[in-house]
Amino acid sequence: MNGALRGVPGRPVPWLRRAILVGICGLFLVPIVSMLWFTFRLQGGGIGIDHWAALFNPENERAYRNLVAGILNSLLLAVLTVAIVWALFLPTIVLVHLRFPRLARVFELLTVLPIAIPAIVLVVGLAPLYRGIVGVFGGGIWTLAFAYGVLVLPFAYRAIASDLQGMHAATLAEAARSLGASWFTVLVRVIAPGLRPGLTSATLITAAVVLGEFTVSSLLNRVTMQVALVEVSKSDPYAAVITSLLSLVIVFALLFLFASFDSRLGLRGRMERRRPGRAAPHASQHRRAKNEEKEVSTDG
Amino acid sequence: MVDEATVYAQRGTRIEFAGVEKAYGPTTVLHGIDLDIAPGEFVALLGPSGCGKTTLLRCLAGLEGVTGGTIAVDGRDIARVPANRRDMGVVFQAYSLFPHMTVGQNVEFGLRMRRVARDERATRVREALELVGLGHLSGRFAHTLSGGQQQRVALARALVTRPQALLLDEPLSALDAKVRVRLRDEIRAIQTELGITTIFVTHDQEEALAIADRVAVMNGGVIEQLGAPEDLYRRPETPFVAGFIGESNRIEGVYGSSGIALLGTRLPVLGAARAGFRDASSGDDERGDGGDGGDAAGLVDGTAVRAFVRPEHLVIVSVESSPVDPIAPAGSALSGVVVSSGFLGAQRRTVVRLSGGDLLTVQHPAHQLFAADERVRLEFAGEPVAVERAAEEPA
Repeated sequence: MNGALRGVPGRPVPWLRRAILVGICGLFLVPIVSMLWFTFRLQGGGIGIDHWAALFNPENERAYRNLVAGILNSLLLAVLTVAIVWALFLPTIVLVHLRFPRLARVFELLTVLPIAIPAIVLVVGLAPLYRGIVGVFGGGIWTLAFAYGVLVLPFAYRAIASDLQGMHAATLAEAARSLGASWFTVLVRVIAPGLRPGLTSATLITAAVVLGEFTVSSLLNRVTMQVALVEVSKSDPYAAVITSLLSLVIVFALLFLFASFDSRLGLRGRMERRRPGRAAPHASQHRRAKNEEKEVSTDG
Repeated sequence: MVDEATVYAQRGTRIEFAGVEKAYGPTTVLHGIDLDIAPGEFVALLGPSGCGKTTLLRCLAGLEGVTGGTIAVDGRDIARVPANRRDMGVVFQAYSLFPHMTVGQNVEFGLRMRRVARDERATRVREALELVGLGHLSGRFAHTLSGGQQQRVALARALVTRPQALLLDEPLSALDAKVRVRLRDEIRAIQTELGITTIFVTHDQEEALAIADRVAVMNGGVIEQLGAPEDLYRRPETPFVAGFIGESNRIEGVYGSSGIALLGTRLPVLGAARAGFRDASSGDDERGDGGDGGDAAGLVDGTAVRAFVRPEHLVIVSVESSPVDPIAPAGSALSGVVVSSGFLGAQRRTVVRLSGGDLLTVQHPAHQLFAADERVRLEFAGEPVAVERAAEEPA
């Protein structure tokens, strides 16, 4: 068989990859295009941008004030929840993985609970807690980030833990320790750079979960984007759909921004996971390394 | 190559393990290890998986805590010193290069941790990489290097800080055979040049015997024997060492003053073999002069024994090509048929089934060819490596 058609072992051939990509894109695009089409339909018939113009018309500020507040609240909560993931979850997950590996199974089980327990049940448990939180921190919207931290824990944990396992973090940490690094240095200079893909995923998933969350915020009487959208949709379905579309665009833009930033740093290639004894990721690099090794031995 | 000997101060340090114990819950993996390593010495810890050799190394590196005993470097107890302050250069089996750093940055890492000035860092990194022959790869990332190159970088990274000791935890296990031998020789050459005290963990006996000044053979959390490679091979002190170092035929026989009656022939017992085995688990030495009228290890005439005979200490000859036995007096040779024969380069290893059903392995020059089922004669060409009392006395 021709080498070009054979492809890389373990990967689908190029035409199949393209077909899968087109299929998945189609799956996502059909509802998005339908939503977009809906926003251009005018009530009297025909197509126009009246609904978009109305949403951004300063005269309608009063009508959409709650929606804007909800969007801003959700963005604030997304930032705070991401901060919780980075500042609290990341060190904890690394600590469990490196220092207390026996606790990993218990920790893994705990992280599944927010998915296993229905949101309505979580709220029943959170409501009395929030009475205490309000007493201590006040009733600011930002306090909802504590609950969201629990909600995103399963996703953040998976993204970070899989990277930790793939990068042989325990061995790297031991190597760094033997070279004189403190645990803080190990975390910041050795482990964290290797977790960049996992942290990027965890950040994006966290933002997506927070921006799309409705049940908890609604039942705890907080105004977030989704709660505001439901309210607005009762009187103006077009505004709700347009806002949903825009939030999707923002999330996609963030995704591409992160991806391009990641590839610009060349981290994809550098962070390629490789187990001892395996071939280098690219055949040309492997050949080059082997040749250089031969040269070294000849020189020596 | 630059003059590293002047750059790297010769920092051979004495390392002493005294009664070192390590337990994980109810499981004890190190049972009171005593080991004294001289400054600049190269010691290999050799043993099968799970024998405790890596644990002992990790205890020295500070990556594991000990549950008993002391570890001293130049007389200073370091049991409570954290890993990042022990000043040990460690090379791991998994290359453990930081994937987001270049080769140069990897080697520089330890110097940064020690806050070495930038100019000196650059100089020392260059010299360390030149020491391992990779000066031209400073800007490359680890994943673009071959396994051997990565392990050289790891070696340079461990040496650049001029540590008190170099600890190598099966550094060659993941490499292919040729690279392994070459890098093994390079490690030994660098160690000799720098004079750094080195501990090398391996399960490969050939590797340990080839590279180390002394080898500590470990089994079940104890050191069964510590000695020069030749001593281990020629004078094993325990049955485990006799079986683990090199290959031995274990043959049951009966001890007598004129030798050991083995398989219908008689094997003279001389020197070291006469001394018997030491009891590794208790530390008691069974060897002696047999002052009570018996012989070494308390053996008396008629004691059932097990002799350890190296394959190269057997001579083999074909019955068809030499019908009259040229190698042994009548009745002193063993006869059997060839089961299989394997080519080892200059030597060949042949397995023979004796008439009694026992299998013996013989190592002989490669030009001697034997076919399966060919009738052959064997004779003992040397004394057994060691003799131990068999578990059951003969009736």
